[in-house]
Amino acid sequence: MYTFSNKLRLSAFVLMIVGVLGLGYGFLAAPGTVEEAKAMVADAHHGGGHEEVATHDAHGTHNEEHATHDTSHDEHLLHQLQNKPWAGLYVAAFFFMMISLGVLAFYAIQRVSQAGWSPLLFRVMEGITAYLLPGAILVFVILVLSGVHMNHLFIWMDPEVVAHDELIQGKTGYLNVPFFLIRAVIYIAGWAAYRHFSRKFSIAQDTADDHSYFKRNFKISAGFLVFFLVSESMMSWDWIMSVDPHWYSTLFGWYVFASMFVSGITVIALITIYLKSRGYLEEVNNSHIHDLAKFMFGISIFWTYLWFSQFMLIWYSNIPEEVTYFVTRIEDYKLPFFGMVVLNFVFPLLVLMNSDYKRLNWFVVMTGIMILLGHYLDIYNMIMPATVGDQWFIGIGEVGGVLFFLGLFIFIVFTALTKAPLLPKRNPFIEESKHFHY
Amino acid sequence: MSNKVIQAIYADDDVLLAAVKKVRAAHHHIEEIYTPFPVHGLDKAMGLAPTRIAIASFIYGCIGLCVAVAMMNYIMIEDWPQNIGGKPSFSFLDNMPAFVPIMFELTVFFAAHLMVITFYLRSKLWPFKEAENPDVRTTDDHFLMEVSASGNIEALSAFLQETGAVEVKVSEKH
Repeated sequence: MYTFSNKLRLSAFVLMIVGVLGLGYGFLAAPGTVEEAKAMVADAHHGGGHEEVATHDAHGTHNEEHATHDTSHDEHLLHQLQNKPWAGLYVAAFFFMMISLGVLAFYAIQRVSQAGWSPLLFRVMEGITAYLLPGAILVFVILVLSGVHMNHLFIWMDPEVVAHDELIQGKTGYLNVPFFLIRAVIYIAGWAAYRHFSRKFSIAQDTADDHSYFKRNFKISAGFLVFFLVSESMMSWDWIMSVDPHWYSTLFGWYVFASMFVSGITVIALITIYLKSRGYLEEVNNSHIHDLAKFMFGISIFWTYLWFSQFMLIWYSNIPEEVTYFVTRIEDYKLPFFGMVVLNFVFPLLVLMNSDYKRLNWFVVMTGIMILLGHYLDIYNMIMPATVGDQWFIGIGEVGGVLFFLGLFIFIVFTALTKAPLLPKRNPFIEESKHFHY
Repeated sequence: MSNKVIQAIYADDDVLLAAVKKVRAAHHHIEEIYTPFPVHGLDKAMGLAPTRIAIASFIYGCIGLCVAVAMMNYIMIEDWPQNIGGKPSFSFLDNMPAFVPIMFELTVFFAAHLMVITFYLRSKLWPFKEAENPDVRTTDDHFLMEVSASGNIEALSAFLQETGAVEVKVSEKH
């Protein structure tokens, strides 16, 4: 049995407290009035005139009068700055929820494919997916708060915007607050139910006399994967793509999936290496780490493939309502947009290409941290341009959000790891997993 | 000394792997092993040096990438710029996203083909080459281990029999 070391528990609490302070600062620092907002921007630009905001972010497109009137422009600026702490909170909340959801999908795939190498890591995966329900509920709370107009992350929730926007009017059958929240409840309930039962069966299998629990786990995992592919795709439209309600991409669900999958696998590798360094999981050898690192490498390339496919088709066809998405990102977000491609593609490609390096723990840890930073930036680039426009900055509020959810993630995951033996001893494939060497 | 080798034939790859380990532990020199299919872990068990084809493959991939860049730059930018969908045709960098699929494909193409050719050259395989395997059964369902016959041939034969060989014979080296 794993025991949650006091040092780690303390660090988790410190992270949470520091994170809350950072988040609080972010919310307090947001301007309350137009004058404050103007002053903030003027300070940041050393008193120089503020350039016209990119007209293509979601706020700008809905209203032609906006751009011409300075006052409405200033109000727009105020809204962006007021959105900023919310968007930072939302990105961090979504990012950690996504890690746990990616791990759940990976776990279900291992179950369905009856993989022989991975059962030793099942308890680690189950520990990480323990965060899914609390994490998803936190995201849901933010969505509800958007729905009651506490923030303006989703401009299609604003009736005044919709009244002036024919495109969003055409989508109100799908994009309306009650249906949006009902869908969110369905996704979360489905994922949490699978997590609950697969964990239950997995633990029951430890003391069983036959393979019936194993078989039931196989069946529900197969069912879950079908539900997951649909719900994950729709979740990514709802929770991410709808912040840009005019824009759509048909492979967006896959793209978000690639991001969550690679982040999830990376976290499995990191936690496995951590537990091993503390003397747990004796039977995990460097072939298991090698396999995880191969997945990290492969899915990083898969992510790049989707990122580029989405980018190139839109860049090439150059259709105004589509290409604005990338125009905003390349004009206002050059560094995070291209920086994440370096972190998520070039870095893992070069570092993890060599077979021997995939077996070295410190290489996997170092690359893993880079991949996680890169995918945080990926989510950041999905949410921020539509919500804060060119007023983005990764400051105390954003870092605070990451630290808070990181602390919560560590606390919940490692608490869950103490609840069951780390070795699923009655799994029919456990012997194969122990002897996994090549 | 001897030009003779002892050929031990096995009927199962797991038995073969175990035998290789025993033969190596007894300090006999394995000349070569012929198998109908690649046996996982055999190279490690035989103590062969790790393959360097991965390094070659990386270099070939880089060559392919360079060829693609040079080729697309010549075709689409320098020699005959065309107006395709109003894209900027006079700068390689501005047009680069459209060339990425070609760069990717040629990287894979060069790496794959040159790697196969390297493998053929390195294994001295060419058209009309006569097969080297001493026993035709190694193309079907048997595994053959050639051990250099030094010292006591009878003792070595008996030892090989014990490792699970279905047949042991002494043959000229060729």
